[in-house]
Amino acid sequence: MSTETLIWLLPLPPALAFFLIVLFTNKSKAVSHTIAVGAAFLSWLGAMVVFIRALGVEHLAEHPFESAINWLPTGETYLKIGVLIDPLSAIVLFFVAWCVLMIFLYSVGYHNFGQPAGDHDHPGLPPHGATVHGHTVPSVEPMYSRFFAFIGLFAFGMLTLVVSDNVLTMFVGWEIMGLCSYLLIGFWYGKESARNAAIKAFMTTRVGDVFMLLGIAFLYSVTGSLSFKDIFNEEVLKVLASVPTGVFGLSAAGLIGLLLFIGTVGKSAQFPLHVWLPDAMEGPTPVSAMIHAATMVSAGVYAVIRMFPIISLDHTTMNIVALIGTFTAIFAATIAVAQNDIKRVLAYSTISQLGFMIAALGIEAYVAATFHLVTHAFFKALLFLGSGSVIHGMEHGVLHTGNHKVDPQDMFNMGGLRNKMPITFWTFLIGGFALSGFPLITAGFWSKDEILTDAWKHDHYIIFGTLAIAAFLTAFYTMRQITLTFFGEARTKEAEHAHETPWTMTTPLIVLSVFAITFGWVGIPEYFPGIGGLLPNWFHEFVGSMLGEHGAAEAAKFDPIPLITSLVVALGGLTAGYFAYRNVKSPAEDKLQISVLKNKWYVDELYNVVFIKPAAWFSEVFVSKWMDKGFIDGILHIFGPATGGVGSGIRNYFDLPIINHFLGDGSAEATWWIGRNLRPIQTGRIQQYLILSLILLFVVGGLLYFLLMA
Amino acid sequence: MEYFNTHLLSLILFTPTIAALIMLFLPDNAQLQRWFAFISSLVPFILTLVLWSRFDPNAAGFQFEEKYVWYEAINSSFHIGVDGISFSMVLLTTLLTPLAILASFSVTDRVKPYMMLFLFLETGMLGVFLALDLLIFFVFWEIGLVPMYFLINQWGSANRNYASLKFMIYTMGGSLGLLLAVQLLGVLFGTFDLVVLYQQWNSLSADTILLGMPIHTVKTIAFWAFAIAFAVKVPVWPFHTWLPDAHTEAPTAGSMILAGVLLKLGAYGFIRLVLPLYPVESKIFAGALAVLAVGAIVFGAFGSYGQTDFKRLVAYSSVNHMGFVVLGIAAAGLAAGTADAHIAMSGAVLQMFNHGLSAAGMFFLVGVIYERTHTRNLDDFGGLFPLVPVYGGILIFTSMASLGLPGLNGFVSEFMIVRGSYQPLTIYTAIAMLGLLFTGAYILKGIKKVLHGPLNEHWAHGEHKLTEINLREIIVMAPLMALMLFTGLWPMWILDIINKAVTALF
Repeated sequence: MSTETLIWLLPLPPALAFFLIVLFTNKSKAVSHTIAVGAAFLSWLGAMVVFIRALGVEHLAEHPFESAINWLPTGETYLKIGVLIDPLSAIVLFFVAWCVLMIFLYSVGYHNFGQPAGDHDHPGLPPHGATVHGHTVPSVEPMYSRFFAFIGLFAFGMLTLVVSDNVLTMFVGWEIMGLCSYLLIGFWYGKESARNAAIKAFMTTRVGDVFMLLGIAFLYSVTGSLSFKDIFNEEVLKVLASVPTGVFGLSAAGLIGLLLFIGTVGKSAQFPLHVWLPDAMEGPTPVSAMIHAATMVSAGVYAVIRMFPIISLDHTTMNIVALIGTFTAIFAATIAVAQNDIKRVLAYSTISQLGFMIAALGIEAYVAATFHLVTHAFFKALLFLGSGSVIHGMEHGVLHTGNHKVDPQDMFNMGGLRNKMPITFWTFLIGGFALSGFPLITAGFWSKDEILTDAWKHDHYIIFGTLAIAAFLTAFYTMRQITLTFFGEARTKEAEHAHETPWTMTTPLIVLSVFAITFGWVGIPEYFPGIGGLLPNWFHEFVGSMLGEHGAAEAAKFDPIPLITSLVVALGGLTAGYFAYRNVKSPAEDKLQISVLKNKWYVDELYNVVFIKPAAWFSEVFVSKWMDKGFIDGILHIFGPATGGVGSGIRNYFDLPIINHFLGDGSAEATWWIGRNLRPIQTGRIQQYLILSLILLFVVGGLLYFLLMA
Repeated sequence: MEYFNTHLLSLILFTPTIAALIMLFLPDNAQLQRWFAFISSLVPFILTLVLWSRFDPNAAGFQFEEKYVWYEAINSSFHIGVDGISFSMVLLTTLLTPLAILASFSVTDRVKPYMMLFLFLETGMLGVFLALDLLIFFVFWEIGLVPMYFLINQWGSANRNYASLKFMIYTMGGSLGLLLAVQLLGVLFGTFDLVVLYQQWNSLSADTILLGMPIHTVKTIAFWAFAIAFAVKVPVWPFHTWLPDAHTEAPTAGSMILAGVLLKLGAYGFIRLVLPLYPVESKIFAGALAVLAVGAIVFGAFGSYGQTDFKRLVAYSSVNHMGFVVLGIAAAGLAAGTADAHIAMSGAVLQMFNHGLSAAGMFFLVGVIYERTHTRNLDDFGGLFPLVPVYGGILIFTSMASLGLPGLNGFVSEFMIVRGSYQPLTIYTAIAMLGLLFTGAYILKGIKKVLHGPLNEHWAHGEHKLTEINLREIIVMAPLMALMLFTGLWPMWILDIINKAVTALF
C-alpha cells in the first residue's frame, strides 16, 4: 500500500469502532473492547509503518508525504483537504499512536473488565462494587462499551488533526476531540459536578474556538487557501507580514496568528482560559483525564507549532505568546503546590508544562518546544495512568474496609504505597523525575533544559528566570506528590489494603516509562559536556529541518549558566519536596495550604461574577423578558387594541351614526315619513284618483314635450 | 414518457394536492388515511430524485421550465422552473414532508383533515420554490399560510389561538408591501415573468421618473417592501417573536415543517427576488440587513439560552441559525460578483438545507419526549439518559449537528458563511461569533437539563415510566441523521449543484 493511502486510512479504524460499538455491539462488553483495542492497534501499526517510512526519506521537510482531494466547491475553485506527513507530524504521530494504544489497553483494566456487575450500579454513576461470597469486589463500569466508543471517536479526532495538511480538517479534528472531552468529562453525568465540568470545558474551549474560526476565515480570505503548503509559501508569507489590519497595529499575519493562538489558549488551557482543565478531573477516570489533559491539550501546542511560520512574522503576537506561556507556567505551578487531589496536581502541572512549550514558541525556540511536547506527552501520560493505578488500588482498599467516605484520590489518605504497588511506584517515580527534569537520565531534563538554554541564549532573561522558578516548583510539587503517595507509612486503613493493579494497567505504565527515559536521548545537544555527540542529535536535525536553513543555522555553543540552573532547580526542588513532606501526616501540617493557592487565585469566582452570571441575566431577563416579551411583543400587542380601536371608532363614530343611523335608519325613516304623509291622498275615492292621474298626465306630457321637442 | 419529461415539475408540485383531494373520499379508517398520506407524499420525493438524475448542474438558467397562460388579462402566466438553488429546497421539502407525516402517525384527532392539510401545505411550499412568475410566487406564498394556520389552530397546544393568529396576521401583514411591490412591477412592465423582469427592471435608466418619484426612490421603497416581507418570514430580529410562539404551540410535525421548510421561504425570497431584482439596493442596504442578521444570531442565541421550555429553546435556535443565512445573503449582496459572494451565498443556501434537517430533527425529538411526558418544562426533566439511552444518543447527535460541530453538516455551511462574510462584513461577522459561542451554551443547556443528572425517579416507574423511542420514530430520524453526517463529511453531493447555480447568478 502506498504511504499516502495508508496515511488517509490511519484515522479510520477508531472512527469505525465508534460507529460499530454505538450501533451494534454496545450490549457486549467483550466484543466492544475487542473492536476498540483492535482499531487502536491497527492505527498504531499504520502509524509506525508511516513513521518508519518517513525516517527513510531524505529531506522529508521538503518532500513530505502528501495527498489532497477537492472537498468544498467555492465559486470557481475548490477547497482542498488532504493528508501530510512531514517531520513535525511524523513525530507527533509517533507519540499519539503510542499513547492512544496504551490508553485503550489500560481502560480494559481500569473499568474492571471481567468483574461482576455492581449491586446498585446505575449508568451515569461510578461503579460502587459488587458483593461476591460476602466480599465486596470492584464492579464493572455499567457503561463500559460506551466508554470505548467515546475514546474511539477521540482517537479519530486526534489522528485526523495530526495527519491534516490544512487548517480546516485540523480544526475538525480539534473540535471532535472537544466533543469527546465533553462526553468523557460528563461520562458520569449523574454527578452534578461532572455535568457542570463538562459544560465548562466545552464552553471555555469554545471561546477560543470561535476566535480560531475567525482567524481561519481571515487566513482563508487573504490567502485563498487553507493548506499548509500554500500558506507557508515565501510569497504568501511576505504578503501576510506586510498587510496592515488596523487592529492593535498588527499585520495580517500577526492578527491571524493571534486569533489562532487564542484557540490554542482555550485548547491547551493557558491563562486566562485554563479554568476548564482542573475541573475536567471530575471526569470519571484518569484515563479520560489523560486523554484530554495529556494528549488532547497537546493539540493546542501542535497547532501553534504548525502555524509558527505565520505567528512568528509579527513581534507583537510573539511577545503575547511568550508572555502568556511564561505566566501560565509559573501561575499553574503555584496552584499545583497546594492541591491534595492526585489528579488535580497533575492537571495543574500539565497547564504549567504547556506554558513552558508556549513560552518556548514565543521566543522562537521551535525545536525545543516540539521536543518538550513529545517528552511531556510520554511522561505525563505515564503519570496520569500511574495516578489512575494508584486510585484504583485505593478504591480496592475502600471496598475492603467499606468506608466510602474516604476519598481515594486525596493524597493525604495515601502513604506507603511503594510496597503495595511496586510497579506503579517505580513507573510513577520515573514519570515524576522526568517531569521534574532529573538530570541526564530522564527525557524531561533534556527538553526542559533546551527551553531554558534557548531563553538564556536569546537574552530573554525575565522569561528564563520565571521558567526556572516554575521548574523548581515543578520538581517540588512532584516530589511532594510522590512522597505523600508512596513514601512513609500508610495514613489510612484503605491505603494499607491497596494492592497492585492488573497487567492491562501495568503494561502501559512500563511501556511509557521506557519512553519517558529514552526519548530524551535522541535530542542531546552536541555541545553538551561529556556525553554530547555520543549519540547524534537526531531530533534537532529532524524537526529543525522544518524551518529550512533558518533552523539549521542555529550555531550551538555551550553555556554553563542554563545547565547549572537546570540542575539546581531540578535537584533542589526534588530534595526540598522530599524533606518538606517526609513526615507530614495531615493537611493541617502542610504549610503550603494557603487559601489563595487552594482556591486557584479565585479565577473561577471572578469569572462567575464577571461573565457567567451577567450572561445568564442578559439571556433570561434582558433578551427573553424585556426585549422579546416586553418591548417587541409589547409593540405587537399595541396593534391588536389599536386595530380594535380603529374598528370600534369606525363603528361608533361612522358606521353607527352615519351609515346605520343617518343613512340606514334615516332612509327608512324618511321613507316611512314620506309614506305617512302621502297617506292622506290614498282616500279610496275614484274621483280624486282620476284628477291626480290627469294632473300627472299633464305634467309628464308637458315635460316630455319640452325635453324632446326643445 | 415525453409527457412525464416535460411535466415533471407540475407532477411534483400537484401530486400532493391530488392526493389530498383523493383523501376526501377515503373511508373513515385512520390507519388507512395515514398510510395513504405517507405513501402519496413519497411520490413527490421519488419524482424529485428522478429530477435530480436528469438535472444538469452545468446548464445556465432554469431547467424543466413549464409555462401556461394563467391570467391573460394581466399577462401573468403559470411559469415554473428549477435551478440549483431551488432544487436543493425542493429536495428538502419533498424529503421532510413524508417524514413529518410519518412523525404524525401518533395523531389520533381528525386524521383525515390533518393529513390533507399537510399535503396542501406541501404544494404551497413547493410552489414558492418553483415559481418563476411573481404573481404565482405570491399566490403560493399565501397559500402556504392557510394550512399551517389551521394546523396550529386546531391541533396545537394550550396557547394555540394566540400563536396561530400571531403567525397568520404577522406574516400576512408583512406581505402587504410585497403585494403592492409586485403589482408595481406588473403594471410597469406588463408582465410578472421573473426572467423578463430580471432584465427589464434593472435596465431602467437611472433618471427615469416613476409615479412622480426618481427611480432610485421607487426602487428603495420596493426593495424594503420585499425585504420586510421576507424578513418577517425568515425571521430576522426584531421580527422574530411570532416564531417561538408558533413553533411552540404547533403540533410536532407542524413545527418540523415550519422550521424545516417554511422559514426557508423567506430566505429563498431574498435569494430569488431581492438580490437579482435589486442588486444596487442590496449593496447599499447590506449593512442594514447585516445588522438585522447579526441581531438574529446574537439575540436568538441569548434568547434560546434564557428559555425554560424545551420547545421554545429549540424555536429560538432557529432564529439564531437563520440569522447566519441572512448574514450570508447580505454579504453576497454587498460583494456581488466576487468569490466572497459566491462562498457566502452557497453557504447560505447550504445552511438553509442543513437547518432544515437539524431543526426538523430537533423539533421531532422534543415532540417525542413531549408526547410521553406531556410537559416541555426543562426543569421537569433531567436524568433521563439512563431511561432512554437510544433517544439520548440521537438527541446528542442532532444537538451537535445543530451546534455546528465540525464533521456534521451545520459546520460546513456556517464556516462558508463566516468565510464569505469575513471580508465584506468583518465587524458583523466578528460580532456574530458571540452568537456562535452561545449556540454552544444553549445546546449544552438543553442536553444537561434533559438527559444529564441523577436518575430521574419520577419518570422511572409506574404510570409515568418513560418509554424508549420506538421504531417508527427512529425511522423518522434515521434519514435526517444520515444526511447530517454525510453532508458534514462530503458536502460536495449537494453543494456542487448549489455552487454552480450561485456562481452563475451572483
